[in-house]
Amino acid sequence: MNSDLFFQYVVAGITYGTIYAVVAIGFNIIYNATGIINFAQGEFVMLGGMIAVTLSRFLPLPVAILGAVAVTTIIGAVIDILFIRWLRGPSVLRMIIITIGVSILVREVALHVWGESVRALPYFTGTSVTSIKMGNVYISPQVLWVVGVSAIAVVALSAFFHYTMLGRQMRACAANRDAARLCGISAKNMVTLSFMLSAGIGAIGGAVVCPITYVQYDSGTPLAIKGFTVAILGGLGNSAAAVGAGMILGILESFSIWVLPAAYKEVISISLLLLILFIRPSGIFGSAEAARLKEF
Amino acid sequence: MRGKSGLICAILALALMAGASVQAAEPIKVGAILSVTGPASFLGAPEAKTLEMLVEEQNKKGGFLGRKIELIVKDSGASAEKAFSFAKQLIEEEKVFAILGPSTSGESMKIKSVAEEGKTLLLSCAAAEVIVNPVAMYVFKTPQSDKDAVIKIFQQMKKMKISRIGVLSSNTGFGNAGKAQIEKLAPAYGILILANEVYDKAASDLTAEVTKIKAANVEAILNWSIEPAQAIAIKNARQIGLKVPIFQSHGFGNIKYVEAAGPAAEGVIFPAGRLLIVDVLPKSHPQKAVLNKYKKDYESRFKEEVSTFGGHAYDAFMILAKAIENTNSTDKELIRSAIEQLQGFVGTGGIFYFSPSDHNGLNIDAFEMLTVRKGKFVPLAK
Repeated sequence: MNSDLFFQYVVAGITYGTIYAVVAIGFNIIYNATGIINFAQGEFVMLGGMIAVTLSRFLPLPVAILGAVAVTTIIGAVIDILFIRWLRGPSVLRMIIITIGVSILVREVALHVWGESVRALPYFTGTSVTSIKMGNVYISPQVLWVVGVSAIAVVALSAFFHYTMLGRQMRACAANRDAARLCGISAKNMVTLSFMLSAGIGAIGGAVVCPITYVQYDSGTPLAIKGFTVAILGGLGNSAAAVGAGMILGILESFSIWVLPAAYKEVISISLLLLILFIRPSGIFGSAEAARLKEF
Repeated sequence: MRGKSGLICAILALALMAGASVQAAEPIKVGAILSVTGPASFLGAPEAKTLEMLVEEQNKKGGFLGRKIELIVKDSGASAEKAFSFAKQLIEEEKVFAILGPSTSGESMKIKSVAEEGKTLLLSCAAAEVIVNPVAMYVFKTPQSDKDAVIKIFQQMKKMKISRIGVLSSNTGFGNAGKAQIEKLAPAYGILILANEVYDKAASDLTAEVTKIKAANVEAILNWSIEPAQAIAIKNARQIGLKVPIFQSHGFGNIKYVEAAGPAAEGVIFPAGRLLIVDVLPKSHPQKAVLNKYKKDYESRFKEEVSTFGGHAYDAFMILAKAIENTNSTDKELIRSAIEQLQGFVGTGGIFYFSPSDHNGLNIDAFEMLTVRKGKFVPLAK
């Protein structure tokens, strides 16, 4: 293999990796606030893409994307208020089952609203055939957009969780809900907020990856599976780790195609997931000690 | 107590009488198993809409021989297991006259024997050659065969002096059947397959796959799938600077994919029925009138562009209607042999010539080579 080809595979891997990471970040936010995995996360990504495509018909692209993020954020809040908020001390398992139900519901509603056809946003820079050429390696500008947006999201989230009162309150709820309540933090509000935040992040991700992956009423689920894998790989709850893990998985998948038939790509990710769950259940970047203290 | 049972008797008697009086105008039940939702929804949804439109139209004209048609659509979501139990239900409980669909090849193969055992007509809307080869008494299909599509593509490649190709296909019934035909037929046309990659049907990016094909130094790419991934593949190929011609299967015949792929779709070559180019078809072409009517009816009613897939359901229904009209009967056996005798029936997929040994009735002439220019399907210049 020559070096051009090598770097082309790296670029492909980065493309996969960032798409996965953007989805994984959303999983982490809700996990941080509630300790549950929101299986409707993929649907937030789908909604972000779909709404952005619909709005982009009458609005300029940046406004359409902001609109999509706003609408999806509201949907996130509505989902929490309707299905989660009124539960009294729900078990983790119950909440997870509810999110699975919600994901099916959202998919069916999307099918009725948008039909089954495939849609796509235009490329933010250039067109679907534009690529930036570095030597003999090509990279689509949209990949840079995805990388940039995930980087900003990770930094902004980390600042939010560490330096703002609201972010600290959310972390307090995740660490010990009863203690947080004794300090006067409304746990229920924090959960609603986390649903809004992760819906918003999912929607941003959905809009940025949409030109690459396209969007369809059921395109959220496969993305959610990959995002979930990456979230576990990196260590649940850690967004920067999710980006790292996304890159590792993406590049592994990409190079697996060089050696193995392409059909084995999914085998790689699932084997890796199983391996991590057996050897380091806290994730590649996670701390085993912290994991032991978690409920789930 | 006695009074009560007397009352029940009276109600039963009434119900029986009502049943008897309904019998005279009993509707004729036609079942349809289609993937209206799920991964093959772009096949099943236009098919279901087409059937709904045709049945309404036919019922306005008095249905079949004065009996109203009752269309029972079952959404299989492209699951062969669901298709199987729906087929059983339609045949054994609903006792339908015929089943239209399923939309995909995998489902059609699964219920081929069910239709055969239940002696119920099955007019499949799926493409794979294996559905009608070997021939099953009661099973027909309306789309053109994948085998003919592959031959048509290879003929075009020979014309363009292409002999070294890379093949991509998705891991579905359609992708696998196409891949098998490509591998089988390539040697006869002197075509060398230098890379042969299968990808997941839900793939979101295929840069690594096309990089592998680029490394194999091919003269053309042939992709075989019906999912959005087929539009992703061409985009990624162009992004990494691969400039060779790209060929697609007849599954590319949906303008949504061209819209999604944007400029990357320009110049893609693929075989398809003539529905997509009806506007530029010469007036003298025998299919012109049928295609025009279907396109106009469908687009004015559903406000979306017509695709070849809905056309397969159109053909299935019209073939059934024609056979009933020809025999002036609703006897399953008579209808079955009437379909086998249909000659020169003009449909959207081509001109059908059925026979007891050919339950598809189309040949390679049903295909036209198309390409994409300025975001539209146009015939490929000869």
